[in-house]
Amino acid sequence: MSYTANIDGYYGRFGGAYVPELLHHNVEELRLNYERIINSQTFQAEFRKLLQDYVGRPSPLYLAPRLSEHYACNLYLKREDLNHTGAHKINNTVGQILLAKSLGKKRIIAETGAGQHGVATATVCALMGLPCIVYMGAVDVSRQAPNVARMKFLGAEVRPVHSGSKTLKDATNEAIRDWINNPEDTFYIIGSVVGPHPYPDMVAYFQSVISEEMKTQLKEQTGSENPDAIIACVGGGSNAAGAFYHYLEKKEVKLIAVEAAGKGIDSGESAATSQLGTEGIIHGSRTLLMQDKYGQIIEPWSISAGLDYPGIGPLHAHLIDSGRAKAVSVTDQEALDAAALLARLEGIIPALETAHAFAALEKLSFGNKQHVVINLSGRGDKDLSTLIGKEHE
Amino acid sequence: MNRIKKAFELSEGALLNIFFTAGYPRLDDTMGILRKLQEQGVQMVEIGMPFSDPLADGPVIQQCSEIALQNGMNLEVLFEQLAGMRKEIDIPVILMGYVNQVLQYGVELFCARCAEVGVDGLILPDLPLEEYRVLYKATFDKYGLGISFLVTPRSSNERIQLIDELSSAFLYIVSQSSTTGSGHKDSEAQLSYFERIKTLDTRNKKMIGFGINSQESFENACRYGDGAIIGTAFLKALKEQADLPVAIEKFIEKIVKQAV
Repeated sequence: MSYTANIDGYYGRFGGAYVPELLHHNVEELRLNYERIINSQTFQAEFRKLLQDYVGRPSPLYLAPRLSEHYACNLYLKREDLNHTGAHKINNTVGQILLAKSLGKKRIIAETGAGQHGVATATVCALMGLPCIVYMGAVDVSRQAPNVARMKFLGAEVRPVHSGSKTLKDATNEAIRDWINNPEDTFYIIGSVVGPHPYPDMVAYFQSVISEEMKTQLKEQTGSENPDAIIACVGGGSNAAGAFYHYLEKKEVKLIAVEAAGKGIDSGESAATSQLGTEGIIHGSRTLLMQDKYGQIIEPWSISAGLDYPGIGPLHAHLIDSGRAKAVSVTDQEALDAAALLARLEGIIPALETAHAFAALEKLSFGNKQHVVINLSGRGDKDLSTLIGKEHE
Repeated sequence: MNRIKKAFELSEGALLNIFFTAGYPRLDDTMGILRKLQEQGVQMVEIGMPFSDPLADGPVIQQCSEIALQNGMNLEVLFEQLAGMRKEIDIPVILMGYVNQVLQYGVELFCARCAEVGVDGLILPDLPLEEYRVLYKATFDKYGLGISFLVTPRSSNERIQLIDELSSAFLYIVSQSSTTGSGHKDSEAQLSYFERIKTLDTRNKKMIGFGINSQESFENACRYGDGAIIGTAFLKALKEQADLPVAIEKFIEKIVKQAV
């Protein structure tokens, strides 16, 4: 079985490009050029240099001693939280802004949920001197105020979206509409492995630097490139795609995708797409999504704005559907507890999204000789008020 | 399908096609609006199947869709409302929506219900051409349903040829690069695009839509196409005037009759 996208952007039966004719030209321009540009020496040299000197890569792989002791196995944390801007999101925006530049685009748009991708986009736009417009659900604008301030300070325009549930899916709709209205000069930097082909493939590639580094680092630290398992949280799924990428064909490595169960799978307020979702089309891609029997998209819920998405990237739909990856779901409260535990045991405050990956450790068991990598996708500064507030309850 | 052909034969180059959202402003307004439009001489109607995430639509249709969904509109209700339609409605009726709605209802069942109530064609902006050809076309043909694909200013002539080959109701000529209801953007670019479209020899008739909101833009569109589609401007008129028959009469008069 193949885990890479075919020429039409399908992973198994998931993926494709379900876009209105109004976007056909834009998507086609990308599809016909992205591989050539990405594989060129110029692009690679510039991309690698920025990842090293600007983002601060490679990010450390840290054997967490006290957490390992707590769970009686060897836990390695891939420190994406130490990247410039505090999350894995910047790997992708550096890649896409270089792509935008080489396609001659003059204006950048993006969607954001938690604001991490918005900040990462605003950052690279400042770096390249390009105007940046970030669409963000009005609900998220108020619950992620620090990131809104950061984007503005970086020179980006943040446009609150008041349609639908006023969260990530609606911000994505609005960014797509902007792209329809500005098809010639605008590049849409999508923040996750979602959207029409070639976005899922492209974003997964830009994030694959995570597992590329893991291979070398694990070899140095453990003697083997392969861990026994890799755990990552999944909203759309970009950090998980990056952490899994170079291990997709290595069946001996377990891949664990952690979804947000919100207030509980059956509570009606959840974002556990692989369990609550069915096959359908969202944001240009055939994948698993939360919908009613008439195909209307259901509003998801998660305490973390970055996991509050009713779909899942087509790669992950395929990995879960085919049994290659195992999906685990974690509630808001379990994620909050896991964040507190990591803070106290290792002195690291994770993003609420990332805390879900750590909470999965409570539901899995590993032998004391086993090596497990957790992708520490982002730091928790942006979530501090939620973390503190909940602890006092 | 024959109703579509007939409508074009009768129209002499200025066919008015009105779009409205099913279940807006009230759940049960669908048939009343349809009747009134026919009575006012509108030659073709598109009924929007409200969707939660309408990517190609601007704020007005988004809002109407949201209200319609809150009103309880869904495909089951819509088919029930349209069940007796052909006893009184002779003009072609086309349903417009998004492919996920059809997929979840079931393509075969959806087509069967359309044929049963007398729907003539479909517009599904996010259905890819190739997917239609491989997975949908046989079923659409079996139930005699036409389909219209969109043509945009950025569609090459070769691409338009392919779109023309697969379309069977008419070509939906999108007047500019925008979502629905964006108003008028760039006249010069639009003129040369319209000229290009006019000279293209296609097997389907050409209907121009998106941003048509006045008598002037309607007439201009009709100079280059076989007719024009108005949606957003019509929905706005329904929003502003609570008495629907009056709103519809006034609107149609404004678009087609004032010049006479």
